Amino acid sequence: MLKVTNLHARVDDKAILTGLDLEIGAGEVHAIMGPNGSGKSTLANVLAGRDGYEVTEGTVEYDGQDLLALAPEERARRGVFLAFQYPVEIPGVNNAYLLKAALNAIRAHRGEPELDAFEFLALVKERMELMHMDESFLNRGVNEGFSGGEKKRNEILQMAILEPRLAVLDETDSGLDIDALKVVAAGVNSLRDPERAIVMVTHYQRLLDYIEPDYVHVLSGGRIVKTGDRTLALELEDRGYDWLREAASV
Amino acid sequence: MSTRSPDVQDLIAKKYKHGFVTDIDADTVPPGLNEDVVRLISAKKCEPAFLLEWRLKAYRHWLNMTEPQWAHVHHAPIDYQSISYYSAPKSRDDGPKSLDEVDPKLLETYEKLGIPLHERAILAGVAVDAVFDSVSVATTFKEKLSEAGVIFCSFSEAVKNHPDLVEAYLGSVVPYSDNFFATLNSAVFSDGSFVYVPKGVRCPMELSTYFRINAANTGQFERTLIVAEEGSHVSYLEGCTAPMRDENQLHAAVVELVALEGAQIKYSTVQNWYPGDENGVGGIYNFVTKRGDCRGDNSKISWTQVETGSAITWKYPSCILRGHNSVGEFYSVAVANNCQQADTGTKMIHIGRNTRSTVVSKGISAGRAQNAYRGLVKVLPGAEAARNYTQCDSLLMGDKCGAHTFPYVEVKEPTAQVEHEATTSKIGEDQLFYCLQRGLSEEDAVNMIVNGFCKEVFRELPMEFAVEAQNLLSVSLEGAIG
Repeated sequence: MLKVTNLHARVDDKAILTGLDLEIGAGEVHAIMGPNGSGKSTLANVLAGRDGYEVTEGTVEYDGQDLLALAPEERARRGVFLAFQYPVEIPGVNNAYLLKAALNAIRAHRGEPELDAFEFLALVKERMELMHMDESFLNRGVNEGFSGGEKKRNEILQMAILEPRLAVLDETDSGLDIDALKVVAAGVNSLRDPERAIVMVTHYQRLLDYIEPDYVHVLSGGRIVKTGDRTLALELEDRGYDWLREAASV
Repeated sequence: MSTRSPDVQDLIAKKYKHGFVTDIDADTVPPGLNEDVVRLISAKKCEPAFLLEWRLKAYRHWLNMTEPQWAHVHHAPIDYQSISYYSAPKSRDDGPKSLDEVDPKLLETYEKLGIPLHERAILAGVAVDAVFDSVSVATTFKEKLSEAGVIFCSFSEAVKNHPDLVEAYLGSVVPYSDNFFATLNSAVFSDGSFVYVPKGVRCPMELSTYFRINAANTGQFERTLIVAEEGSHVSYLEGCTAPMRDENQLHAAVVELVALEGAQIKYSTVQNWYPGDENGVGGIYNFVTKRGDCRGDNSKISWTQVETGSAITWKYPSCILRGHNSVGEFYSVAVANNCQQADTGTKMIHIGRNTRSTVVSKGISAGRAQNAYRGLVKVLPGAEAARNYTQCDSLLMGDKCGAHTFPYVEVKEPTAQVEHEATTSKIGEDQLFYCLQRGLSEEDAVNMIVNGFCKEVFRELPMEFAVEAQNLLSVSLEGAIG
């Protein structure tokens, strides 16, 4: 589904990704770990097409298409979803409004009819139960005055409603207490699907106790230096990242 | 968003939608201003002597005044001798008595603007006093209003039919000597609207006036006077669009509101005058004096405005809170794009005991525009327990525009409470990217963010106006993010 080849990217003239290769198939869950500054969030933002992240070399193929040639909204409509590390507040715009506009933009791209208010509400309420969210949340401003945990839950709720093909979760576990983490993890697990790929970018292996990945990659110095399974994450927790960094620089 | 700039350029280049000129013969006075012109205007309108005297006093006073320089706007000097001070559609000879008698071309103009007068009036239950160039040519729903005892007519008709009321209230809120532009208006005002709501009457419908500046080179000097007697209620809507043209057009209107004991006046404006082209050429100069007097106890005056047009806007709808327990409100969205300049805000003057005022101002700047909020809160001695809350938010789009806030607070009463909050934010690239990442187009995303920003003001507008305001906003800001 996703094939990243020799990806180089820079931010403000600083090279962050330096030849990253990654292949992800439908139905797989990948964890991307690495120390601060290794390029994890840069990878997430490059995949989503954020301004200011300049790709200088390499290719990203998504469902056989050149992903980098598409505008961010075109990627989103084709099923690329980014759960933000820092979800943005949009005062005065209510959650339901943004969600409905987003869902209908994506449905229009797929050639599906727009959902009317009743169909939309039924869908949202069903998915909100999944995330243990109160209905009053629908009429609040997008992320406005949300706690850290509520913001992250809201990201997963959006994912549950927009049903992406490729979901990239950028540090979704950061700032969550254990109860919130369990709710978020349960939500993500319920969205595992043979047609959907999930990429989790995380600093800590704690998240992986609740969402078990098929693959674990270690990112260091802008490249993937080691790939393994679940046990690699546990090893990282024991040994830290330094041994890999040393190994990579050899 | 550099990758998309070609689209953005296209959108910015989109021409002003309402730019066209109606071909109606106008009875226009040659350019220039002197005492004879003032007398001519008064004579053409068959005005009583008191009004001519008042105009002349204003004119003589104006001769000794100079244009105010304190506003945060810049423009070439205005040559007041190159402006024509009177223009009336010729077909007015007998004055239309119903819509059938109205010049079909005029009705066509309204059609183009999306205001099918009769339909709209009937559907929305709104009485429309259409001001077309300086003379009102169509008034609807008169019967229903007169049943309730409400007078809603052009200013000229009011002078003719209700001279006592005009004489009693004209200039009682904005005196002829008030300021340069108001004084000029007092000397040469051509027409406008007059509303009188008798004691205890709730006006049965929203009153609406569509202003339109049409004849080239004609300054437009509207005069509006609304009087709400004891315990009465009235809601007045003012909206306008203008045809495209090259010359700068001066517009210096005066609006006076009088609320007696327990009366409530709600005055809503959606202003969409031609702002000039991308380089600021053409466009309306809008120098307006709007003031409401809460003359009676427990009275209330509420101003709501959405300003998207004009090359220059200079406008401070104000409330004089004279009556005890009276309430003043000001809700404003001011948009400035391209080369537009806006210096707008309000004045809340607390005189009576326990008077309250609320100011919510939302300024949006885009392109190379400059947007200033200028607000005065003044609490005089004896205005015990007066309270003011001011919230002043600015939104910047792009990095070539400016937002400025000039709050003036003068409190001379120790029991008063005055609060001022101000924020300035840049339309977040983060917010924009968030919406794009959810699949929204850039235009939809900008609209959504801006409408969210303005929500507190929009919800003060009557329903049909709120929809119009949102549409206007999206047209005004098309392609503003580059």
